Amino acid sequence: MTFKSILFIKTGEGTNKINTEVPPFFVDLNLNQIIDAVTAERDIYDLQPFFYTPLQSEDAILYRHEIMQELTSDTLMAAIKTFAGKMILIRKYLALSEKLIYKNFKEGWFLEAAALYCETVNDLVNDLSALELKSRGLLSFREYLTAYAKSDGFTALSADTKKLSADLSTVKYSLHINGLTVRVRKYEGETDFSIEVAQTFEKFKQGTVKDYRTKLREDSDVNDVEARIVDFVAKLYPAIFAALDNYFEQHTNFVAETISVFDREIQFYVAYLEFIAKFKPAGLQFCYPQISAVNKEIFSNNGFDLALANKLISEGSAIVCNGFSLTGKERIFVVSGPNQGGKTTFARMFGQLHYLGGLGCPVPGSEARLYLFDRLFTHFEKTEDIKDLRGKLQDDLIRVYEILNQATPKSIVIINEILTSTTLQDAIFLSKKVIEKIIELDLLCVWVTFVEELSTYGEKTVSMVSIINPENPAKSTFRVIRKPADGLSYAIAIAEKHHLTYKSLQERIKS
Amino acid sequence: MKVFLMYKDRDFDVQQQLPWNAPDLTQDLELDTLFNAMALGDEFLREAVQKVIFAGMKDDCDSILFRQSVLKDCLKNPVIVRNLYKIAEDAMETKQKNHWGWLLENSNPAYVMSVSVGALQMFVGNLKQLRAMADEHADKFESEGFKTLFAMIKKELDAPYFTLIQNHLRRLEFHHGILIGVELGRGNEGSNYILRKPLDKKLSLVQRLFTKKSPVYTFRIETRDEGGSKALEELRNKGIKSAVNAVAQSADHIDSFFSMLRFELGFYVGCLNLHEQLEKIGEPASLPQPAALTERQHAFQGLYDICLALTVKGKVVSNDIDADKKNLILITGANQGGKSTFLRSIGLAQMMMQCGMFVAADNFRANICDGLFTHFKREEDITMESGKLDEELKRTSQIVDRLSLNSIVLFNESFAATNEREGSEIARQITTGLVEKGIKVFFVTHQYEFAHGLWDKKLGNAIFLRADRQADGTRTYKLAVGEPLQTSYGEDLYKRIFVTDKS
Repeated sequence: MTFKSILFIKTGEGTNKINTEVPPFFVDLNLNQIIDAVTAERDIYDLQPFFYTPLQSEDAILYRHEIMQELTSDTLMAAIKTFAGKMILIRKYLALSEKLIYKNFKEGWFLEAAALYCETVNDLVNDLSALELKSRGLLSFREYLTAYAKSDGFTALSADTKKLSADLSTVKYSLHINGLTVRVRKYEGETDFSIEVAQTFEKFKQGTVKDYRTKLREDSDVNDVEARIVDFVAKLYPAIFAALDNYFEQHTNFVAETISVFDREIQFYVAYLEFIAKFKPAGLQFCYPQISAVNKEIFSNNGFDLALANKLISEGSAIVCNGFSLTGKERIFVVSGPNQGGKTTFARMFGQLHYLGGLGCPVPGSEARLYLFDRLFTHFEKTEDIKDLRGKLQDDLIRVYEILNQATPKSIVIINEILTSTTLQDAIFLSKKVIEKIIELDLLCVWVTFVEELSTYGEKTVSMVSIINPENPAKSTFRVIRKPADGLSYAIAIAEKHHLTYKSLQERIKS
Repeated sequence: MKVFLMYKDRDFDVQQQLPWNAPDLTQDLELDTLFNAMALGDEFLREAVQKVIFAGMKDDCDSILFRQSVLKDCLKNPVIVRNLYKIAEDAMETKQKNHWGWLLENSNPAYVMSVSVGALQMFVGNLKQLRAMADEHADKFESEGFKTLFAMIKKELDAPYFTLIQNHLRRLEFHHGILIGVELGRGNEGSNYILRKPLDKKLSLVQRLFTKKSPVYTFRIETRDEGGSKALEELRNKGIKSAVNAVAQSADHIDSFFSMLRFELGFYVGCLNLHEQLEKIGEPASLPQPAALTERQHAFQGLYDICLALTVKGKVVSNDIDADKKNLILITGANQGGKSTFLRSIGLAQMMMQCGMFVAADNFRANICDGLFTHFKREEDITMESGKLDEELKRTSQIVDRLSLNSIVLFNESFAATNEREGSEIARQITTGLVEKGIKVFFVTHQYEFAHGLWDKKLGNAIFLRADRQADGTRTYKLAVGEPLQTSYGEDLYKRIFVTDKS
């Protein structure tokens, strides 16, 4: 099997249509927040399209799971990050070489890029060879890379680069600047004056001191005078500089296309893994869901709204996990209960889990089985709508109609508080009509509604209710659980709260 | 070159953080009064004494005794010590005139070089003064700290050394152009620019025989070529830059030596300032006897609140107590009876002893501790009573988080923000919890149930002090050993304020 892509298993068909548009349900599910956070600071890779394109086969998902799981190895991840870091520098050096007009510098930065490229490829071959890989994707890539590193083209590039770099590093020269006159000649063994100065005053040193030297530059700001000097240096060392001219001619376009593509695509995994890593210290779990294209008996344990968690974790607040499960003929979660209780969060979590699962990514939760959908539809009430009530009801119905028209039995529909702009009787009537259609299509669905009647509509519906804390009704628990909708001393204690009782102190103060 | 006037074998860590409870200690013990008396309006001195006094909890008995002997020398030779301090102060002014430090980041290296060389020239003057002081006065000092310092100055700062410095500084003025060694770096750009010392002229004849074959290429920038001369300037700067680090660091080294000297001497100058004020007031000061960390000793005569004495500028009431082998000292008694003052004098003496100072007493002996904590009631925090108790317990919990077994905790009317039964119970649990672990607790309280409950237990490691009054109701402000009594004589206070008002 020849290697083509670390993201897609079936490359031969050429049917991998990559979405460059943001999917319509992204905003409703806050997926835009998640993907923005995942891809933040990785603009150079243009990763968004990969995150806009869910997979359509169980095997394609499995292909990514294997790679993602493999990348949780610290050594492999470190190798990939080193590789990526160096590839960035290589591109930077090449751009610099391209831009420069002075021949000796242009060729010099080109050599710099090539030298780093050779090192990068060899390092990655070594790093990958030292690992016991299991994923099809990485195994295949390693096979390709190993062969590439042994190819005539690459070995010739390596050898030429090494020889030339070694020769250039022997070049040492002296400048004598007096007024406007510059003399250039070879180095003759003069001593470093700064060392003598430093030694003289060393005795006063009290501790660490500030380092006044500047950092290593990765940029170039060469000018005419420096170019003239290097031209003279080239005359002092004619053979070495002739070899450089020759090298520059021979090795144009040395970066292999497959390696470039890999460098971009692997970032899909790196970005996602890095993003979810920050949730682990907060005790939040992620899992590789079983994804099935046939089984609608889905479930999730300890799932959470990833966009909300991302916000809360930066504020240091606690995150509430929820679960769901469908068995037998159950298909529809009807979510009701008090406001501010986490109903919308539950609906988003359900959508996010399926979408992220469809990307082949690990999903929030300790364990999950999810359904491989063909399309995902959402309809969330837009509270900011200022249209008149009739207009809004009409819009709601048109939108639902469109969804149900496009949906197939393999689709998922998430509805959040619609049909609110009419009387309860109307709402009940219309809701029942809509739910009949959903049942008929055998859709997987989450429906957040105040119409409690829906929760007992039939064998396909499951009632979920948001919970509030009876002692402090103002504060939401964000717990949503499966249950029928039912419409409905103190000084010592403070000391205990601060762990200052005699008993607590015995434990707190360590002998 | 090390100062080593604070420790026998190391510098005082100037960078260290103040302890987390420094604001509480400052407020509760009224340390600002002490710091101000030592600093006499000098900001630098104030910071120095503050740092040293707060750092005392980390040191052992040996460092205390080491500083006590240095301090004795200072008290014997105050003028010389103040003059030494003046040299260090002058050197710091040199620094302020030549701010090479913050110039360096983005400035022209040639300029920074000339400023740094200028600073070094001036430092050489300060160093020579130091040397002269050592020659003249070293024999008047007896402490290990001063003896070592003067011996080092004589050894390190000799005539050949001053000549060597002068030669270096002259060369760094670059009257004959500048020689720079360069290597080819990344992208064939010049790198590793190093300022080189030209070969000795006498050797260069022989050298020339060998190097003649190596060609020399010369070019000249046109006078009109502004870009060219700017580029040349940059190149020259790259060479200078390699040495600027060495030169600026050299200036930093000398600077750091003088600032260490200034800091460490500053502490003793602060002590001199304080001592002079106490002499004027006529209050005693004595070098305390520190006992080991694991000991439980506290015995003194004539201990007074130094901050109170400084504030009233006169003699104040003192106390004599022997609390050896005790680690619970419970203080009860009359309002306005000097209980808080006593508690403060305990805290102040502990801090002053542990940083090597004299203390405000005729004599004083106590074990050292590795943490001193104050828990005084905070009047300004009164919101709701429940909120206040919560706040007090929160502060207690913060202290407990940092307690070690050899800490000292001073409680001043803590846990009274609830009814007496509950407050006493909380105080009892906390106090017992701490005392059983060996922690030394001083507790000023009005809570009879708490105080008497502990009295009834007849603990061998507890001592009960009472702010007494004479039979006629007047207060002595002196504390004496005694059983906790039921009332705190609030009636007296009432009478004094209301009755005397009428008369």
